[in-house]
Amino acid sequence: QGCNTMTSRTSSPLYHPTMTDPDMGVKMRNQRLLITVIPHAMTGNDVIEWLIQKYNITEEEARHLGGLLVQYGYIYPLRDPRSLLLRSDDSPYRFQTPYFWTSSRWPASELDYAIYLAKKNIRKQGELVDYEKENYSILHKRINHTWDFVVMQAREQLRASKQRRKADRIVLECQEQAYWLINKPCVNMPLYYHYTTTILLRYYYYTTIIHRRALGRNRVKSSICLESFMKYSEQYLHHDPIMSGCLPSNPWISDDTSHWTINTDMVGTPTRLRVERWSFSFMELLNDSMGRREFMIYLEKEFSAENLCFWVACEDLRHGESSKIILKVEEVYKNFLAPGAARWVNIDSKTMERTLEGIKRPHRFIMDDAQMHIYFLMKKDSYPRYLKSELYKNMLAKAIVPQETKKSVFPFMRRQRHSSPSPAMVTQATEDDGKAKGAGPTGTSSTTNSQI
Amino acid sequence: MCDQTFLAITFGPCDSCSENRPLMNLYIKTEPINYCSLCMEIMACQGLASGETLKSLKAESETLRKKLEEERKKLHDVELEKVAEKAEALGELNMKTRRTLKGHGNKVLCMDWCKDKRRIVSSSQDGKVIVWDAFTTNKEHAVTMPTTWVMACAYAPSGCAIACGGLDNKCSVYPLSLDKDENLAAKKKSVAMHTNYLSGCTFTNSDMQILTSSGDGTSALWDVESGQLLQSFHGHSADVLTLDLAPSETGNTFVSGGSDKKANVWDLRSGQNVQSFDTHDSDINCVKYYPSGDAFASASDDSTCRLFDLRADREVSIYSKDSIMFGAASVDFSLSGRLLFAGYNDYTINVWDVLKGTRVAILFGHENRVSSLRVSPDGTAFCSGSWDNTLRIWA
Repeated sequence: QGCNTMTSRTSSPLYHPTMTDPDMGVKMRNQRLLITVIPHAMTGNDVIEWLIQKYNITEEEARHLGGLLVQYGYIYPLRDPRSLLLRSDDSPYRFQTPYFWTSSRWPASELDYAIYLAKKNIRKQGELVDYEKENYSILHKRINHTWDFVVMQAREQLRASKQRRKADRIVLECQEQAYWLINKPCVNMPLYYHYTTTILLRYYYYTTIIHRRALGRNRVKSSICLESFMKYSEQYLHHDPIMSGCLPSNPWISDDTSHWTINTDMVGTPTRLRVERWSFSFMELLNDSMGRREFMIYLEKEFSAENLCFWVACEDLRHGESSKIILKVEEVYKNFLAPGAARWVNIDSKTMERTLEGIKRPHRFIMDDAQMHIYFLMKKDSYPRYLKSELYKNMLAKAIVPQETKKSVFPFMRRQRHSSPSPAMVTQATEDDGKAKGAGPTGTSSTTNSQI
Repeated sequence: MCDQTFLAITFGPCDSCSENRPLMNLYIKTEPINYCSLCMEIMACQGLASGETLKSLKAESETLRKKLEEERKKLHDVELEKVAEKAEALGELNMKTRRTLKGHGNKVLCMDWCKDKRRIVSSSQDGKVIVWDAFTTNKEHAVTMPTTWVMACAYAPSGCAIACGGLDNKCSVYPLSLDKDENLAAKKKSVAMHTNYLSGCTFTNSDMQILTSSGDGTSALWDVESGQLLQSFHGHSADVLTLDLAPSETGNTFVSGGSDKKANVWDLRSGQNVQSFDTHDSDINCVKYYPSGDAFASASDDSTCRLFDLRADREVSIYSKDSIMFGAASVDFSLSGRLLFAGYNDYTINVWDVLKGTRVAILFGHENRVSSLRVSPDGTAFCSGSWDNTLRIWA
């Protein structure tokens, strides 16, 4: 997760251009391997010497670095290819070609490995070693549906390589062998990013569904959407403390917590900004526990308080404990939906029918339709009237606008920073009193609190 | 030269799909060709029933994708920059570090605010989770998790509990006790179980439900009390790295971002993926909703932050600069949504004008990557957590 991120495609981190430079790089010479001459080989000793010189490091560090280069396959041994060590003697090594770098072909594909094993098998019977024979048979079963392709590719690649010079062919075989020694996939376990046909099918099938669904959706013109961002930012500009400051001062800057104390839940007189915010949207009113309280008072005057009570009870059902769902659904039905209920809510007949049917198999979202109906009823009807009411206007009129406290005359005299009671403690106290759990901490919007 | 014997193109446009990918050297009817591994796999299946289906499905997916692009373009009648021309230019932003919270012994990976506007929970690489009163900088609670790399932590809405998790593949809830002698770990409750690391967690509207995202490619909704899985969300094709809950009035969706470069919007009730955005070039490390809920911002390893409009169903703005070359790890909006704060892997915090798309300020101070950034609930400050083991409050 999270690579180093200096732009995406770069070559292997271990590759240094000058290392293979004929003039400045490691001394390379032709090496005899059996009876064929391998060009551009070098001794282990040469590699270490070069690293010491170039990077001005100790022999120990050079051996370590060189050893890593072999382990990761950027340099491979010609003699004893299965021993991935850098020997500081005259053992011959070669630089791996970029095509076979681990970084070029990561992750190693099972299909590719199968082709390699098939090639080896075709070239000389019995050339596969034990674990290779095992892998071959596992792959033959696993990706059997691609086997025609595997065999075809193996034959084609062998045919193409027969057309090379013998020395080149041997070099290629060495390189390929070196690559697979290090990068062979673990065929016994599924690779994390392995693309089997089923995964690919699932992926394309899924994206087709997503695209189709997206094509079916109603989109809104950009001009309308973007205009709404402008309006929103403008409306909330003076409420944004970082943009416009806050009164009497920002507690983090002045060390004075007045701003928080004058905005608590239980404060006698709210601030003007706070009351103004209730008029921005119905959600703003409901999210502020004081706003919600005021709205309830208004609804009581209008004899429609049961709507808000119902909405609160539905919220409690939606976000409450799973174990209490059945109980809560019963309560809601008894208080709000049953014929002759004490606080009967007026929902349209279709929604009522659907809800009553659903109550037979109660779950957390069973009241969603009814809740939404009542929510929009309040939003379209009661809420706008509340904003025009005497109750709200009076609230706005008597709301306070605190004086701005300028920064202290003696800024170097830091105020004492007082701690505040932890919400956990407040709750513990109210719990002891036997009141409802989850009483809001100082100055918050309310959570699922059935008491208003 | 290291080797002239076998020259092959190792990276470039695939002969089949034209995408720039690592290439395999193949032979088809004696002709050498260069295919990416995906196309090679598809080719290997050709001629079979599934091979045919795969090829046609892929083609269909591409056609639909192109159609979608066209449809989106039709309704794009103006750029955000143009609309924002009439917005007032922002003055100079003077934000400083007002508090530094020292106490973690290792990289800070995640933090969250309490609804009381001053308390914070933070988690770090060494397994410690600390609850602070950021105003006084006092530590109030500390928990040592039985795992390292605690990549996710969250404060419960009531302020009475915290949730956290990481390499243990779980999300656990700790009720906050005020008894100083009590071992918080004793009351720990294991809620979520994934099959790979936990990358993000958040409580929904109450203490009773938690939404988690994981390296196993899924997100999930859990009942805290019983630990029951309520809904799971499948659709990312790689690790899910981040999530955020929508503030909308019908409150039923959330957005997630992943290593597959996609940002997906989900319906909490049905588990369905309702919208998808895939314009980023690399992993999406963080997603955050715009305050109105009509859009969300993302921070990515491709060193850009972007704004996606949900109603227009498209990306509407990119926040980037040539001089910013390192990945963005975390973003959050100021209260009005006008400013976007973003923490980067080059140790800085950039402040963007969301509407005009320009950078308003760059904040220095951290001595290592900024891993996590959140604005306080009342918008008076924001907190940044960093790999330099500290948290800073800026205002």
